[in-house]
Amino acid sequence: MLFRLAKHATRILLITLAGGFLALALARLAPGFGVDEREFDSRLSDETRAAIRQSHDSERNIFRFYFIWLRGVARGEFGVSPSLNQPVKQLLAERLPVTAKLLAWGLVVGWGLGFGLAVPLAFVSGRAYELGANAIATLFLCVPAAVLALFFLLTRSPSAWVVGLVIFPKVFRYARTLLRQTATLPHVLTARAKGLSSMRVFLWHYLPPAAPQWLALVAVSLSLALSAAVPVEVVCDLPGIGQLAWKAAMARDMYLLVCLTGIVTLATVLMKSASELLGESLRVRA
Amino acid sequence: MIWIRNAAIGILVVTFAACLLAGTVAPASYAKQFREEPDAAPSHQHWLGTDDLGRDRFSRLLQGTRISLLLAPAAAFLTAVLAGLIGGIAGYWGGWTERVLMAAADLVLSLPWLFLLLTARALMPLNVSPMNSVAITFLILGCLGWAAAARVVCAGAKSLRESDFSLQARALGCGEARLLLRHVAPNLRPMLMTQFWISIPVFILAEANLGILGLGVVEPLPSWGSLLKELSGLTAISGQPWVFVPLLLLVAVVTSFQVLLVDQELPS
Repeated sequence: MLFRLAKHATRILLITLAGGFLALALARLAPGFGVDEREFDSRLSDETRAAIRQSHDSERNIFRFYFIWLRGVARGEFGVSPSLNQPVKQLLAERLPVTAKLLAWGLVVGWGLGFGLAVPLAFVSGRAYELGANAIATLFLCVPAAVLALFFLLTRSPSAWVVGLVIFPKVFRYARTLLRQTATLPHVLTARAKGLSSMRVFLWHYLPPAAPQWLALVAVSLSLALSAAVPVEVVCDLPGIGQLAWKAAMARDMYLLVCLTGIVTLATVLMKSASELLGESLRVRA
Repeated sequence: MIWIRNAAIGILVVTFAACLLAGTVAPASYAKQFREEPDAAPSHQHWLGTDDLGRDRFSRLLQGTRISLLLAPAAAFLTAVLAGLIGGIAGYWGGWTERVLMAAADLVLSLPWLFLLLTARALMPLNVSPMNSVAITFLILGCLGWAAAARVVCAGAKSLRESDFSLQARALGCGEARLLLRHVAPNLRPMLMTQFWISIPVFILAEANLGILGLGVVEPLPSWGSLLKELSGLTAISGQPWVFVPLLLLVAVVTSFQVLLVDQELPS
């Protein structure tokens, strides 16, 4: 178990470091990097301009730049956002709770709808119900998240529903397939033949064997929800990290984008590793 | 259900035909401004009315559909090629090559799709021409979508490498390059075709989302994303129903792709 934990921790660390470096390398190679618009101010003297240029010297060497940035991160300093002129740490502290709340509600709604629509399919063989559920899921799969957010904004409905509706078709489709596969397993057929109630069969014989897959789906849902959070927060004007990422992208604020990319990568990898670890331990127990 | 599948095929055929004939069917150029008629309601001259700059909405819809529908498959093709190369090499050679390439795939998959797109799009210069913005947007989509497909291809290439016919071919003295090109690659084609078809609706929706966020195709060139951006100026849903036509068309096309994918009727 300890070895597995160490393996996952190393993987998380390496992927987050590589992700940060990749984002920073891209930022460094982007057009206009290192150009300070203060240099165009005609009131400044040559010495001042030279000093401004010198202040960017540490950013020229990408490895040195990354090392300095990492050292700052280790001390809890994420730098200052040039576009918003505020410490990144403060921006994150203000906006993370908004996104966390949106994601939490979105996951509840998405899972509630997806799982709620898929479960009856495991027990009821109604063609009309199946067609209806599939049609609803396909419809929401085909509407861009930003358009959904716009409709919810115009109808003054809760924005967390949009995140939920983006996740719901994926959860529904996966849950439906998984439940169908489980329904054909010998132990489920035996339990049914012995006359166990549907609820008991579902809770004791459907869910536990597929627990690792359900956990994997939770991790995937988080990644989907994070993606959906960007257009939802932008369109509904919610001050979360999705809106912050969009603002950073529009203003070409690479420092902020690198930080956000790192945080989001870390959250996704952590969730994936946690679901894998839990899934592995459940498999071992089974 | 056969009629649903036929309806989906019909929608796609008609839409593709309309966008290919956009140059002759459209009543005006997508950029031409009828300055006396901004925000006009639908009429004989302008079937879907005009936008706030007086541009004919129907012409812009045809041109936008052409751009989105022709470039999304191009981006999907690029994704399939990259996935085939990376996944094929990783699966066929195995060992460290596989570990390194699949770690790269893991890295790309760890980043949520839209965050990755935002970051990559933000790195592009501000003063790109409309044509370049189209190329950049779809190139980014094509270059970032390979990871999930590469994992599938890698697993496929791995099983093909260890299959009986590969063993037989090796025993007969077939070289590795020949084995890869003549025996393994053709067997990977169905997988790549599936990934290609799966990617098209995903890329259409991704471009639409980017367009609404203002990071897609640059004006005056239209795309589904930039046409949908117009919806953000609405204050009520019931005001101008004709503004929703691009959305309806997008939903119809993406749904058609989804129906065909689910039905597994697409050629492989």
